[in-house]
Amino acid sequence: MAAHDVMPDIELFQPVTVEDASAIARRLEGRGWVLAGGQDTYGWLKDRAKTATAMIDLGTIEALSGIEETADGVRIGAMTTLRTVSRDPLIRERYALLAEAAGKVASPQIRNQGTLGGNVAQDTRCWYYRRGLSCYRAGGNICYADSPEGMNREHAILGASRCVAVSPSDTGTALVALDAVMVIQNGGSVRRVPAAKFFVGPAVNITHMTVLREGDILTAIELPAAWAGAEHYFEKVADRDVWDFALVSIAAAFRTSGNAIEDARLVCGAVSCVPHRLNAVERAVIGRPRSEETAESVAGLASQGAKPLNFNHFKAPLMENLVKRALRS
Amino acid sequence: MNGVQVSTTVNGDVEEFVCHPGETLLEVLRNRLGLTGAKEGCGTGDCGACSVIVDGQLVCSCLVLGAEVEGRKVATVEGLADGNRLHPLQDKFLEHAALQCGICTPGFLVAAKALLDDNPDPTEEEIRYALAGNLCRCTGYDKIVRAVDAAAAELRKSSKKKASGRKK
Repeated sequence: MAAHDVMPDIELFQPVTVEDASAIARRLEGRGWVLAGGQDTYGWLKDRAKTATAMIDLGTIEALSGIEETADGVRIGAMTTLRTVSRDPLIRERYALLAEAAGKVASPQIRNQGTLGGNVAQDTRCWYYRRGLSCYRAGGNICYADSPEGMNREHAILGASRCVAVSPSDTGTALVALDAVMVIQNGGSVRRVPAAKFFVGPAVNITHMTVLREGDILTAIELPAAWAGAEHYFEKVADRDVWDFALVSIAAAFRTSGNAIEDARLVCGAVSCVPHRLNAVERAVIGRPRSEETAESVAGLASQGAKPLNFNHFKAPLMENLVKRALRS
Repeated sequence: MNGVQVSTTVNGDVEEFVCHPGETLLEVLRNRLGLTGAKEGCGTGDCGACSVIVDGQLVCSCLVLGAEVEGRKVATVEGLADGNRLHPLQDKFLEHAALQCGICTPGFLVAAKALLDDNPDPTEEEIRYALAGNLCRCTGYDKIVRAVDAAAAELRKSSKKKASGRKK
């Protein structure tokens, strides 16, 4: 296996329109790799764990960058960098949950180059899979992480099906909590997918983490006005505060009236192959205040149904504790 | 090879080069332009030893393609000193012994430069946050943080002098 540092011989396309990018991707079929900021891509290619022979660089499509106000909220171009998302005054004012999540990704260097679209479209960090082993996700018939000797401290406790890899995206949890809509263009046609349906678990498709397929270009992420200015809470627990992926994270948004929660979204990251929405907790907190008492009484619902692996039992209480912290306000 | 022709600015000088489509900016800087200040530590974005500034933004040059800097402005550690006069950051790194083996130093200097360009008066926490993408396995970071803090103070002093000089 190549040693993390040399890129393969590869072609590079630098289209200036989404239509062209999409057409090139379809023409290349499996040989093409749609390139956003490259912070996940180059690792795959340097390791030879993926065998794309051409990159389709979205960096040359100007229309994909930038943040604008729309009739119903805010639209963020998919190629907008994580740094911009984390610092943009409009996002910080209305969707601080997303600004905080974007500011917690990796390191300053990676946030400056990495994009919001790339962060949600990135592949899992399961090291067996990234090593290029022929596991379920890679089209094989075994999961190395879920084996007696498997190192699975970082893996899923919910929603696994043969594959136990988790979604590594910090912004994905925030986008699901904010009911964001992903705008996907393929050729001339555009479809709009709710963030919660954008991410796909292994029971649905074991080789793809999102709904993106050949020729699909994620062009923008729309944040609806409904959650603008909502109370929010974001926390990412990782072994290291920087350049590390979440062990468990939580993104929560609350709309309150007087003291009572009217509507809530609580989403955990790194516990499942997709951002994991805590439906039971959300239902249980309606009509109650954000308080210690509410926190204590509903936290147990967070990890219901969890099936920990050998080394990740800690994730269940960690989820519950993060729910408590989100609800204490 | 399918060559990509790139025209860019490096440390204020116009540079034109032809590179492989998959060639990283780090490889271009080191192998084609002879700028060996940026180092390859990991090749995966963990260590920050290859940090350079592209259009004012700190990036890992091992995770940027040479082809991606077409028409952009690249600043590397080689552009920090003014001829034989070291940049205050370099002076303070020496003064505070903020390096031992030196492999990480160019990356730290460039990361610190990016911070001070953006925020001339950072708190210690802000310094640590801005340098969090750079690893040093020798110093334990404290001397580096102190050196950046001292350089920031020095730069503020000299920019004040310049400003009051202009008034006269």
